[in-house]
Amino acid sequence: MSEQDQITTDPTKPAQRMRAGSMTISATPWIIAAVLLIAMPYLFPSRSALTIMNQMSITIVFALAYNMLLGQGGMLSFGHAVYMGVGGFVAVHVMNLISDTGAPFPMPFLPIVGGLFGMGLAMIVGSFSTRSAGTVFAMISLGVGELIAACSVIIVVFFGGEEGVSGYRDEGLPFFGFDFAQQIEVYYLIAAWLMISALLMYLYSRTPIGRMANAVRDNPERAEFLGYSARWVRYYSFAASGFFAGIAGGLFAINYEILTEENLNTASSGVILLVTFLGGVGFFFGPIIGAIAFTLLQTVLSLHTELWAFYAGVLFVATVMFFPGGLAGLIMMHVPVFQIGKAKQLVLPYFKTLIPGAVAVLGVSALVEMTFHYRHAATGDNEMTVFWTTFDSHAILPWVIALVVTFGALYLTRLNAPSLREAWAEANTPDGGAA
Amino acid sequence: MTAALELSGLRKSFGKTEIIRGVDLAIGQNERHAIIGPNGAGKSTLFNLITGRFPQTSGHIRLHGQDLAGKAPYEINRMGLSRSFQITNIFPKMTVFENVRCSLLWSMGYKYNFWSMVSKSRALTDGADQILEQINLTARRDLPAGVLSYAEQRALEIGITIAGGADVIMLDEPTAGMSHSETDYIVDLIRKVTENKTLIMVEHDMGVVFGLADQISVLVYGEIIATGRPEDVRANSKVQEAYLGEALEAEH
Ligand SMILES: Nc1ncnc2c1ncn2[C@@H]1O[C@H](COP(=O)(O)OP(=O)(O)OP(=O)(O)O)[C@@H](O)[C@H]1O
Ligand SMILES: [Mg+2]
Repeated sequence: MSEQDQITTDPTKPAQRMRAGSMTISATPWIIAAVLLIAMPYLFPSRSALTIMNQMSITIVFALAYNMLLGQGGMLSFGHAVYMGVGGFVAVHVMNLISDTGAPFPMPFLPIVGGLFGMGLAMIVGSFSTRSAGTVFAMISLGVGELIAACSVIIVVFFGGEEGVSGYRDEGLPFFGFDFAQQIEVYYLIAAWLMISALLMYLYSRTPIGRMANAVRDNPERAEFLGYSARWVRYYSFAASGFFAGIAGGLFAINYEILTEENLNTASSGVILLVTFLGGVGFFFGPIIGAIAFTLLQTVLSLHTELWAFYAGVLFVATVMFFPGGLAGLIMMHVPVFQIGKAKQLVLPYFKTLIPGAVAVLGVSALVEMTFHYRHAATGDNEMTVFWTTFDSHAILPWVIALVVTFGALYLTRLNAPSLREAWAEANTPDGGAA
Repeated sequence: MTAALELSGLRKSFGKTEIIRGVDLAIGQNERHAIIGPNGAGKSTLFNLITGRFPQTSGHIRLHGQDLAGKAPYEINRMGLSRSFQITNIFPKMTVFENVRCSLLWSMGYKYNFWSMVSKSRALTDGADQILEQINLTARRDLPAGVLSYAEQRALEIGITIAGGADVIMLDEPTAGMSHSETDYIVDLIRKVTENKTLIMVEHDMGVVFGLADQISVLVYGEIIATGRPEDVRANSKVQEAYLGEALEAEH
């Protein structure tokens, strides 16, 4: 059968092959990422773009940290924001300490402080939460999350109550002449930390404990019979994840110069789960894609519609239901097609199905926007704009047009979907493979 | 010389039913010991007790003279005892190679190491490849273990059981559900990999049992009714009556 075809390499030289493989996979994506990070401010120099990119980078670090638990360790946490939050709060306090005392602590190292405190907290909580990975772990994470979020109004000295804690990032000792008053300096600081953290997290996944985290995720019992305590393996993942979440918190402190209860609460914990899952938990780069996509949704889409969270929610549900591998899974699904060399055959079927599909999605969102406007706009304010078209949301014609376009597009999508499915199956079959 | 494994007065109840009802057994160093008996006799339960999967209700288990009471499976494994499972128990999403590499990590001293790259370790890669060679799965090296055929998965299960270098190997029905040729392959494999080790094996296939074992114990309803060399056990009338008559007949 086709099992034979999957072995494309020479089985007689396993060791050699493996080394060659591991060399080629490593460097290239990292170099591309570094170049991109350096070039981005030249491509998008506006203030708002920098703001978005900073937010994106911080979210990427946090999402990668979260995925050390969820994707690599198989632990579903509903309260991971507290590790980033606590790391961030400590970082702001240290920032203030630097301002007040003039201590010669260079600002670029602040995220390490956040990381250490994130890890410290994770080590405390992990000591009792990592006993199991399933529901118990999830419930403890939720409980601890709520508990610490509640502390924010109780321990006002540390959490600053409702206003939170704020500081100034530019009052420290200048670091090689940079005082981080400029946004662009902050951008590069965050970008550097993003590269370092991502690289470290990636390398961690290739260490013995990182490999065993996968093993324990897949089959904790078997791992125990191989000499590893599943609980200790989880504990290490948890502590490491707490460290990088804390780094993200430190970066947040530098970028925004303020932390509030919002950084700790369950909503923030939910967002990072959503981001990570959207990107795909099964691949290292999944959370990166998720963080980029989500930040764009959040920042760009929210400029255009009040309903952005609704769309994000729909996207999340659709991902869970139809693409449990997330965006990364969707991308990686195509690797075999390229290996077989039949990717070209997919272009036309994709066009024929995805373009009407995209129109249908836009049509549905137009209908949603119109309904929202119809129900919620102030009386007399009947004029609305969707997709650069201004019209009267109480008139019949726009509704007819929107409905016809939407259903027409839906019909075309359905009509063409079977041929896409066929083309997909065909593109995944190697020529002369079925022997 | 202390026995490799020694059970004394071992009992196990699940609720009110006593499944293991007082087992005394000593298995010598480098012995190949088969445990046979009818379905539901408690063979797998006995394995689970020895490997720390369940706690015993009473009695003692000693590995190289050391009491295993209260020890977790990973601690017992570190003391040099390793097991396979009746129902294949591997890491299905990992590649075949990674399955084996994971089972080498602890014994090669990596423990909870988070600073060295597994792919950079020559010893680890070569060690895993050697095991793959032994279990004849080199050609399957980079496939996810879950896609292997049943017999190949059983071979992999044996591979990860022996990889850690344990000197007491416990195999629960290694040839269950295999064709004749697959069985022959696995038997050769077991003989090869348990050279100079203690083997404890549960097996229903009498051909395999009499081919491999130096000693046989017959477990019926949670009690060992006979222990001895294959030819003695075969001739034992109690055994004939309780089990072997049937089992040998079923062979034909
Ligand atoms: N965890 C458990 N809880 C309750 N009863 C159990 C448990 N495990 C096993 N038993 C019972 O113990 C008895 C012995 O089971 P065991 O699996 O040890 O038999 P076995 O000799 O391995 O049989 P087989 O040859 O079918 O593998 C069975 O009646 C089974 O139902
Ligand atoms: Mg059994």
